[in-house]
Amino acid sequence: MIVYGVALLSVCLVVGMLAGETLGVLLGVEANVGGVGIAMLLLVFASNAEKFKSLASGAAGEGIRFWSAMYIPIVVAMAARQNVAAAMDGGMLALVAGVAAVIVSFALVPVLSRIGNSPPAVSSSSEKDVH
Amino acid sequence: MDIIETVFVRNNLVVAFAVVGVIIWISYFLADKLTAGRIHGSAIAIALGLLAAWWGGVVTGGRTGVADIALLGGIGLMGGGMMRDFAIVATAFGVKLGELKKAGLAGVISIFAGVLVSFVVGAVVAVLFGYSDPVAITTIGAGAVTYIVGPVTGEAIGASSEVITLSVAAGLIKSILVMIGTPLVAKSIGLDNPQSAMVFGGLMGTTSGVAAGLAATDPELVPYGAMTATFYTGVGCLLGPSILFFIVSSIF
Repeated sequence: MIVYGVALLSVCLVVGMLAGETLGVLLGVEANVGGVGIAMLLLVFASNAEKFKSLASGAAGEGIRFWSAMYIPIVVAMAARQNVAAAMDGGMLALVAGVAAVIVSFALVPVLSRIGNSPPAVSSSSEKDVH
Repeated sequence: MDIIETVFVRNNLVVAFAVVGVIIWISYFLADKLTAGRIHGSAIAIALGLLAAWWGGVVTGGRTGVADIALLGGIGLMGGGMMRDFAIVATAFGVKLGELKKAGLAGVISIFAGVLVSFVVGAVVAVLFGYSDPVAITTIGAGAVTYIVGPVTGEAIGASSEVITLSVAAGLIKSILVMIGTPLVAKSIGLDNPQSAMVFGGLMGTTSGVAAGLAATDPELVPYGAMTATFYTGVGCLLGPSILFFIVSSIF
């Protein structure tokens, strides 16, 4: 049944969001801390576990795969509802701050990607560079 | 005209599916014919979406882009946080645990490094533009983290609404630039494997930006980047009004 997969996906999201919300309260933060990430981990564990096999294989798996395939259309809709006009009205300061943050962050991707691939001595020094 | 409006508004989510389908069809057609596949179809679709959002915002003066146009209201639901998160979680189906473990440490480091670096860059820009009040500098720095961390920090430390608006604009610019820029720089920053995608998600942090940027680069990488990116805003909200504000206050 396709709905079993959709239900498994939904339960993962709801449980993850509850955990993220709880984590936010515990940390005293007005935000959901990693709810989606926790939900993703739950789905990864569930889809690899023997117990949940009937909920994640065959037709049930198609129910999850459908939403995974709807990801790009949903992202296009998400782009179409961004407050682009406000971003354009932010003036030079907003533009410079946003652009500079992105450029510096892009530049750090290859630096931090080396962590875990190289000996520990190297990774600790690149960590220091960042801080 | 009335009949059209009634039907479109009553079935707004279904209309959105149709409209987005057409946009994607046009985008893949353009990607194929005009760029011979060099630019990914979804990159063009996302760019068209942003363009439509800008137009919608200018025409209606609203805050949710093209979704503020009554006939296209369903775009707001389809592209809203609930559907976005649902689809992002679904992409994790088929992710290999081994890949996650391999990049775990780098992913966690990248979240903290990403928040710090974006904050410092934003704060320095604020100073260069003549701000000397620690509250304003912190809020604008937090805006460069994400457009959610900016207002959360600003409200917590009592920034003016004008500064909070600036911080949101900085965060929006960042998010949009990540959406458009990621496929262009992917090759030169080595963004072609799960590990670098996790680091990328942690460094950029804007969930929308990372979600769209990776979709336009290589959909296989989406779950890895999204996984770390979703922790970023929380960490930003944690550090912004506390440690980062104290550090800025001690300097200015």
